Amino acid sequence: MTKLLRPLLVLFVLLLAAPAVQAQFYQTPGPTSPTSKDEVQLYQTPDGKLSGRVSIPDAKLGVLVQPEGREWREFRMVWLKIIAGALILGPIAVLAIFYLIRGTIRIQGGRSGRPVPRFSGMDRFAHWTTAVSFLLMALTGLILTFGRMLLIPLIGHPNFTMLAEASKYMHNFFSVPFVLGLLMIFVLWVRDNIPEKADLVWLKTLGGVLSKSGEHPEAGRFNAGQKGVFWAVVFGGFALSLTGFLLMMPFAVTGIGGMQILHVAHGVVAALMIALIIGHIYIGTIGMEGAFDAMGSGVVDENWAKDHHRRWYEEQLRNGQANQDGRLRHHAAE
Amino acid sequence: MARMKFLCDAERCIECNACVTACKNEHDIPWGINRRRVITLKDGVPGERSISMACMHCNDPPCAAVCPVDCFYQTADGVVLHSKDLCIGCGYCFYACPFGAPQYPQATNFGGRGKMDKCTFCTGGPEEDNTMEEYQKYGTNRLAEGKLPLCAEMCSTRALMAGDGDVLADIYKERTVRRGYGSGAWGWSTAYGQNDRGDAFSPGREGTGGS
Repeated sequence: MTKLLRPLLVLFVLLLAAPAVQAQFYQTPGPTSPTSKDEVQLYQTPDGKLSGRVSIPDAKLGVLVQPEGREWREFRMVWLKIIAGALILGPIAVLAIFYLIRGTIRIQGGRSGRPVPRFSGMDRFAHWTTAVSFLLMALTGLILTFGRMLLIPLIGHPNFTMLAEASKYMHNFFSVPFVLGLLMIFVLWVRDNIPEKADLVWLKTLGGVLSKSGEHPEAGRFNAGQKGVFWAVVFGGFALSLTGFLLMMPFAVTGIGGMQILHVAHGVVAALMIALIIGHIYIGTIGMEGAFDAMGSGVVDENWAKDHHRRWYEEQLRNGQANQDGRLRHHAAE
Repeated sequence: MARMKFLCDAERCIECNACVTACKNEHDIPWGINRRRVITLKDGVPGERSISMACMHCNDPPCAAVCPVDCFYQTADGVVLHSKDLCIGCGYCFYACPFGAPQYPQATNFGGRGKMDKCTFCTGGPEEDNTMEEYQKYGTNRLAEGKLPLCAEMCSTRALMAGDGDVLADIYKERTVRRGYGSGAWGWSTAYGQNDRGDAFSPGREGTGGS
């Protein structure tokens, strides 16, 4: 009897429990229950940034989702390449065409052979410190921006990593001489770069480029074009240094959103500066006869000085710097 | 071939941080590197939810797209990995990643970054499976041993799941239907979008292997 009773009891209990089990396994969805996979909040995009609290001692990890990364990716992959590419190739193309049409701007009446001291050793040291570090940083920055596209297919991944790592360190370290040179440039030349009335005349004729006769508007130590380069270098260099140093110290001042903006600013300003410096290098070398001497030997030809910086030349003449004796005295003093 | 994914059910996560601890211990992660972390939203107010977050191993991963040295690759299982031999520690992947997954040891003064480290889905790196070299750079390779990531395997409430994305989606759907609600599988839309199967790729995008 008991043998039969036990299974019966078990069956009885199971029957009683069945509705509960049934409810557990076949729970009918309520009116708000999702019925298809898409409604299961699986593919619903959270809008905007989501951050919360983390118990690990690193508050920046509290950001759960930062969708701004998508815009930054778009900038890094598309816009930076277009902007930088256009600002490098564009000026090169324009200058090549200009060179073919205009050729080198000659000194009127040729070289006189009489030298006028223009930039002291200190001037040139400041210029070349800034110039060399800028060129190295421009090159290493371009390697990091375009290397994957242009260099990896040529030299392969392991070699490019070596190059890119060296570029990263060079880019960081050359920022120091760049800033020092920039400060020197500012202190040495700022008083000769204050805008004045004569600059308007220079700008109207673009420094004589537009005049067929080859006449140059008069200018002091620096003409309006050079003043433009000076202020662009001062402000652009300051912007590059500021954004660059903040990027070198992640999370010291800004969070990730700030670093994305800093990177965009750094990239755009750098591209503009490279475009400017391409023009600067052109006019200082093949673009104009006698111009390189100013930063090379520091001494320019008298006729070049008369052509391009007549007012400055006359000042030098008055100060006794421009004649042969004056030049000798100047050099002996160095 | 399975498409490996993580799914964290925010209705179940109790913020015990065991996944974080397990990950750190399993891979001998150094101090300051957090491959996985638990984030609590609306902490202490109604609607509080905790989500365990690490690399989601996205389709079309932003990290891989922006990397200047092209050091990322994706395994046939959809796991996004990178080569520490190629990484230069520039930080670009961290700018682009929606989930803050890439981590960097401090290599120089001023917070300069060393080579990036991130969740590997317990799949190691480009080195030979389960070698000492792979372990030292990337941690253990559980997938090569037929095991799933430890964080999910030892989650006490089964909030964090790792495995084939289709299976996870079905489990999650069943849960939400039974509960009648769900607060979303965090990061899924961002990581995987509508198109679930990314094509496996490697540096150079031609199946050239890790490094």
